[in-house]
Amino acid sequence: MNDVIQQIVTPAAIVGGVGLVFGIVLAYSAKAFAVKIDERITRVKAALPGVNCGACGQTGCESFAEAAVAGRVKPDGCPVGGAAVGAKVAAILGLEVTNTAAFVSRVACGGLLGCSRQKFAYEGMKSCTAAAALHNGPKACAFGCLGFGDCVAACPFQAIVIVDGVAKIVEANCKACEKCVAACPKKLISMVPKGKNYLVACKSTQKGPVVKKNCDVGCIGCGICVKKCPAQAITMANNVAKIDPLLCTNCATCVAVCPTNAIVDVTAPIVLRKSVVTA
Amino acid sequence: MIASIVQQVVVTILTAILVENLVLSKFLGMCPFLGVTQKTSTAAGMGVAVTFVIVVTAGLAWVLNTTLLVPNKMEYLQTMTYILIIAALVQFVETVVRKFVPPLYKALGIYLPLITTNCAVLGVPLLNTSKNYDLGMCLVYSFGAGAGFTLALILFSGVRERMDRADIPATLKGIPSALFAATLVSMSFFGFQGLFQ
Repeated sequence: MNDVIQQIVTPAAIVGGVGLVFGIVLAYSAKAFAVKIDERITRVKAALPGVNCGACGQTGCESFAEAAVAGRVKPDGCPVGGAAVGAKVAAILGLEVTNTAAFVSRVACGGLLGCSRQKFAYEGMKSCTAAAALHNGPKACAFGCLGFGDCVAACPFQAIVIVDGVAKIVEANCKACEKCVAACPKKLISMVPKGKNYLVACKSTQKGPVVKKNCDVGCIGCGICVKKCPAQAITMANNVAKIDPLLCTNCATCVAVCPTNAIVDVTAPIVLRKSVVTA
Repeated sequence: MIASIVQQVVVTILTAILVENLVLSKFLGMCPFLGVTQKTSTAAGMGVAVTFVIVVTAGLAWVLNTTLLVPNKMEYLQTMTYILIIAALVQFVETVVRKFVPPLYKALGIYLPLITTNCAVLGVPLLNTSKNYDLGMCLVYSFGAGAGFTLALILFSGVRERMDRADIPATLKGIPSALFAATLVSMSFFGFQGLFQ
């Protein structure tokens, strides 16, 4: 009988007792040190897209939810979710929705392989950043899209394709997260309000003859579009025209008058022909 | 008297770090050694978390061993009860850190549950028991062992960060080359054998 106690009951009591003590301590500490999580944070997080892209300026969707509940960011501050998510978040927090226009990104270069010149044959890493580090890249125009697709790699939504050596935005997929804006070494990508169809697809600040030598579709700074625009939406600075999307009325006059076809209709369907990089 | 204690403490810590390095001499904790050493920052975070858990576990295990197990001649229960201590303690530390030091919880969050199943954490209390240390020496040795673990992780993460940039044959990329590197780092620590007598 003593043997039974010695060999079975005592060890069982020790292990069981130690386990019981730890169990009680853990149960107590779970109550005593419980961290209160605002249930609204969980609900806001559920309403968000959950891509954790960081485009809102927070470190992820959870941080955005915390900040929104704390009132540090506006409920519609999620550029990916846009107005729909903004309304949901505002409803959870009991706030009014403030309307901000949805944005979309645009690539300001039209210098396709066929109509722009190369200054040397580049055989290095297939990366715009790497290519740009070598004499501003193989393109004769120092401002042009290099077409190695750093933006394609950065885009979490497959909203960019490279067509004939130039990045094109697939507007249906673009969630305005601005990842591509940061990825482009040439700073060609910018955010514009949705619904504006025309874009000066050139950023070259060089003088007309130089632009003309490097590229068939560059802005030569002639200023015809500035004069002809009925809405006075176009300005000329540093030899390159710029359309103010807030004033633009989508009349397409500029497209018709531009002598080099540097102003393009971005709604034109994308034709994949000689794609260097696809998503 | 004090001088001899200081000497004993220093020798014990250096022994634990260099001569009896947990990872490189005793081959304990190989999983985090290969798993979280891609970046130096994560390696350091893991090392610090493991050191903390080892020291507290070793202290608790010593108390349990001397008050409950040895008087009842139940030494064979050591492994079981130590695992119990580790599991409960990691859980407890997680709760407390989450409440009082949220930034630390965010930094360690992913590592804490991993530590529960880290054999180095179980190995150190068992080593302490076999060496018959008193409570003070037990804590000192545990700290040294944790520091040695941290050192091994940081050194190896440095090696791996460099290997990432090296031109390694395709067949050896990743874990195979990491194992080669681990062997070489381990052999270099072999040179510390016999440092203290």
